[in-house]
Amino acid sequence: MLQAIGLGSIDELFSTIPAEYRLEHDLKIPCAMSEQEILAHFHAAADRNANGYASFLGAGVYRHYRPVVIDAMVQRGEFLTSYTPYQAEITQGTLQAIFEFQTMICELTGMDIANASMYDGSTGAAEAMMMAVRVTGRDHVLVAKTVHPEYREVMATYAQHQGLTKQVVGYGEDGRIDRQKLEAAITEQTACVLIQLPNFFGTIEDVEAIAALAHAKGALLIVSIAEALSLGIVKPPVEADIVSLEAQSFGVAPSFGGPYCGVIACKEKFLRQMPGRLAGATKDKDGRRGFVLTLSTREQHIRREKATSNICTNQALVALMTCIYITIYGKQGLKELAEQNLAKAHYAAHALAVVPGSKLLFTAAPRFNEFVLQSTETPHQMHHRLLGQKIIGGVSLAKWYPELGNATLWCATEMNTREQIDGAARVLAQKEIPMLTHV
Amino acid sequence: MTTENTPVSTDSTPFVGNTRKVSQHVNQNEGLIFEKSSPGKKAYRLAPLDVPEVDAAKLLGAAVRTDLGALPEVSEIEIIRHFTRLSTWNYAIDLGMYPLGSCTMKYNPRVNEAVARLEGLADAHPYQPEVLSQGAMRILLQLQQCLTEITGMDAITLQPAAGAHGEFTGILLARAYHESKGNPRKKIFIPDSAHGTNPATAAICGYQVENLKSNAQGMVDVAQLEKMVCDDTAALMLTNPSTIGVFESEIHKIANILHAKGALLYMDGANMNALVGKTRPGDFGVDVMHLNLHKTFSTPHGGGGPGSGPVVCKKILEPFLPVPVVVENSNGTLHFEYNRSQSVGRVRAFYGNFGMFVRALAYILANGPDGLRQTTEDAVLNANYIRKNLEDVYDLPYTTPTLHEVVFSDRRQARNGVKTGDIAKRLIDYGFHPYTVSFPMIVPGALMIEPTESESKEELDLFIDAMRQIAREAEENPSLILNAPHSTRISRLDEVGAARRPVLRWKPEALEMA
Repeated sequence: MLQAIGLGSIDELFSTIPAEYRLEHDLKIPCAMSEQEILAHFHAAADRNANGYASFLGAGVYRHYRPVVIDAMVQRGEFLTSYTPYQAEITQGTLQAIFEFQTMICELTGMDIANASMYDGSTGAAEAMMMAVRVTGRDHVLVAKTVHPEYREVMATYAQHQGLTKQVVGYGEDGRIDRQKLEAAITEQTACVLIQLPNFFGTIEDVEAIAALAHAKGALLIVSIAEALSLGIVKPPVEADIVSLEAQSFGVAPSFGGPYCGVIACKEKFLRQMPGRLAGATKDKDGRRGFVLTLSTREQHIRREKATSNICTNQALVALMTCIYITIYGKQGLKELAEQNLAKAHYAAHALAVVPGSKLLFTAAPRFNEFVLQSTETPHQMHHRLLGQKIIGGVSLAKWYPELGNATLWCATEMNTREQIDGAARVLAQKEIPMLTHV
Repeated sequence: MTTENTPVSTDSTPFVGNTRKVSQHVNQNEGLIFEKSSPGKKAYRLAPLDVPEVDAAKLLGAAVRTDLGALPEVSEIEIIRHFTRLSTWNYAIDLGMYPLGSCTMKYNPRVNEAVARLEGLADAHPYQPEVLSQGAMRILLQLQQCLTEITGMDAITLQPAAGAHGEFTGILLARAYHESKGNPRKKIFIPDSAHGTNPATAAICGYQVENLKSNAQGMVDVAQLEKMVCDDTAALMLTNPSTIGVFESEIHKIANILHAKGALLYMDGANMNALVGKTRPGDFGVDVMHLNLHKTFSTPHGGGGPGSGPVVCKKILEPFLPVPVVVENSNGTLHFEYNRSQSVGRVRAFYGNFGMFVRALAYILANGPDGLRQTTEDAVLNANYIRKNLEDVYDLPYTTPTLHEVVFSDRRQARNGVKTGDIAKRLIDYGFHPYTVSFPMIVPGALMIEPTESESKEELDLFIDAMRQIAREAEENPSLILNAPHSTRISRLDEVGAARRPVLRWKPEALEMA
């Protein structure tokens, strides 16, 4: 091949790189490994993580059973190794699946339209906020303190150079946004109110009442949903203007934090301000139904600095996972599964709350599969004892909500057996057992 | 490369190329999943509930949902067939060369998929105790070390979820750096050859975009840059090699001009596949850059994501990295450090697209230093082989030596009314995915071709053969190209109609939509 090009050596191909910047030594990275060694390397890493533990972690990442059909399908090379479907004739598979995904998200959220996905729930919330700013032409944003703290941090990062002011609205005794404070905070400058459903404490906000407050002042209501499975049994936020959903619960592995699948859905009238990719139905030159990426004049490759967002990719393969998951469970299965989650969390909340020294918080509001437990011992002490019995307890809230004292956020899904829940309750009840000193 | 096997046109029949790479075969029709649904069909069975049942209406009150709308109800075999049929309508790297310029469509090794699905990694929850996450955190650290070494930089964040997200993070770092010096500055310079994400990113970070015209070689006009740079310049966002595949040989001079005025050099790492193991951005003056793990480091594109866009930077920018940062304790264990007062904040929840980190690290380990260097050499060799074999039939607007990709223009074919977009559609009939069409914008009617290292000489020869035959068709039978593709399920979709009357979801009453 070099000969065909008319060169004598490979190095001549790189002659445009000034000699002083050519790397003359090997990169200091590990030597090449065989497939067998690579597997061994990662098996060793996997073995150093939690294995064989019962887990009650949720807080934005949910452990749900993943039917094997999902991976059988998404590992097909035609899906896995395809690019963004710009060439519609040879990417109809991806395009139709996205169209189906968009439809399912609309059905689940009660919105008119949905995009082809965003990076994740946190960036989706930030993009939804900026979308509301564009729609309303206002620059003040209200966020409930009951929104995932890391989502709020991401929103703050995005807002800082947009000239936006952001205000956090606290929560009341029932663990939901303080509606009086909210009402007082909404002004004619408020672009949007952003809440989470169920919120970070697992309680279900009164969307209708909050929407009325926002709309009375011409602000938009954005509802962020982190636990998508809740939509199987919790009324969808139809009163919202924009919904930002994290669809990880629908068949996406926790994978230490990503990749996940955000998606923005909204009322049809906001279509032109929607960020991200959209698949639409159309016809080909012979009148046959087909799908294309559409309305790209909103996007960066056309609009450059005037685009609605700098987003370029979506999370197509992860969106496909969620699309297959929703198809597997379907209309009936999602409801039954969500009911199971409701039952498990209800049982767990009561099993743990009856332990002396433990108290269930925010009982006045309905919950889905998470709840907050307050204890006399610190989360650190509690976790220490639970880990000894191979149980990972609820997430400590001390870092984000110090006002709640020794509070932990627990999640029970269909993956938690009654035995695990009873086991955790037993450990919590056995406080007299001396703490292990050898770690 | 010759086309001696192709049928020679006679006077009566215009030339039609021989699409020797592909044959047509039957593929299955398939409706929307909603159109296959009927009540009562199911593809799941839940484990029996081992706790008492609850009354959802009682627990949730007014918040209870009673109907899930038009979600599908289908059986498992229907699901398998549905998605398998859809998959067969896609082109993919696994089917053949995918020469999209700037997208680096290289082979996605299957061992990457296997390791990313190991139970202890796939099931790891981001909030599980650090003492039970040491394996995952070690993967973060090892990948960080590899990527900083490969780029010759000092510090890194893996948090950004994609390339554009990495750009956003990188420019935030630059802004925080300038703010720490007392002035965020106002302008970001961007060459006219840049990706559209660059100006969109600068705008989101609160900067004005100043366009930089390329010189006659398609490179940065250094003299012009020198005149423009001032105390208000925050950074230059530069793709190197540029989008026409040319290494900016005066890169260090560019860096010096910027640095003399206190401005930073941001490098868009989209084309890093041309450099790995041969030269390092950190050595030639770059202050901050993003990488695309889904381009250079073989993680699958998946039909448009998930990606991953780590940002590497020099020491001066390290204090501003997003939180958390992985830190090694004196006893060798790892922890996440959150308390960093100068951090730009979080750009994403948790730690980034961890599943992609596992795959990228597996790729780096499979190659090692020698393999990575050879990968780059092969990618550049392949691109130059294509260039050499097509430059006599397609116009090459910039004759500067190129690295991993080559950009032709449709100037010669356009004389017969055949544009780059038409040639692209005809290439589909020859069994290839098209190259990147009409980009970069500095080349009117651009054909941007990046073969990557993954292609064999045999596949490259088939591609060259196809392109040469299309060039001939453009001369002798242009209408054939203008109506391409001829071999696909559907052809030339009505994009204008799709945008004018958007149909973005299926509705029961819209069954007769098509």
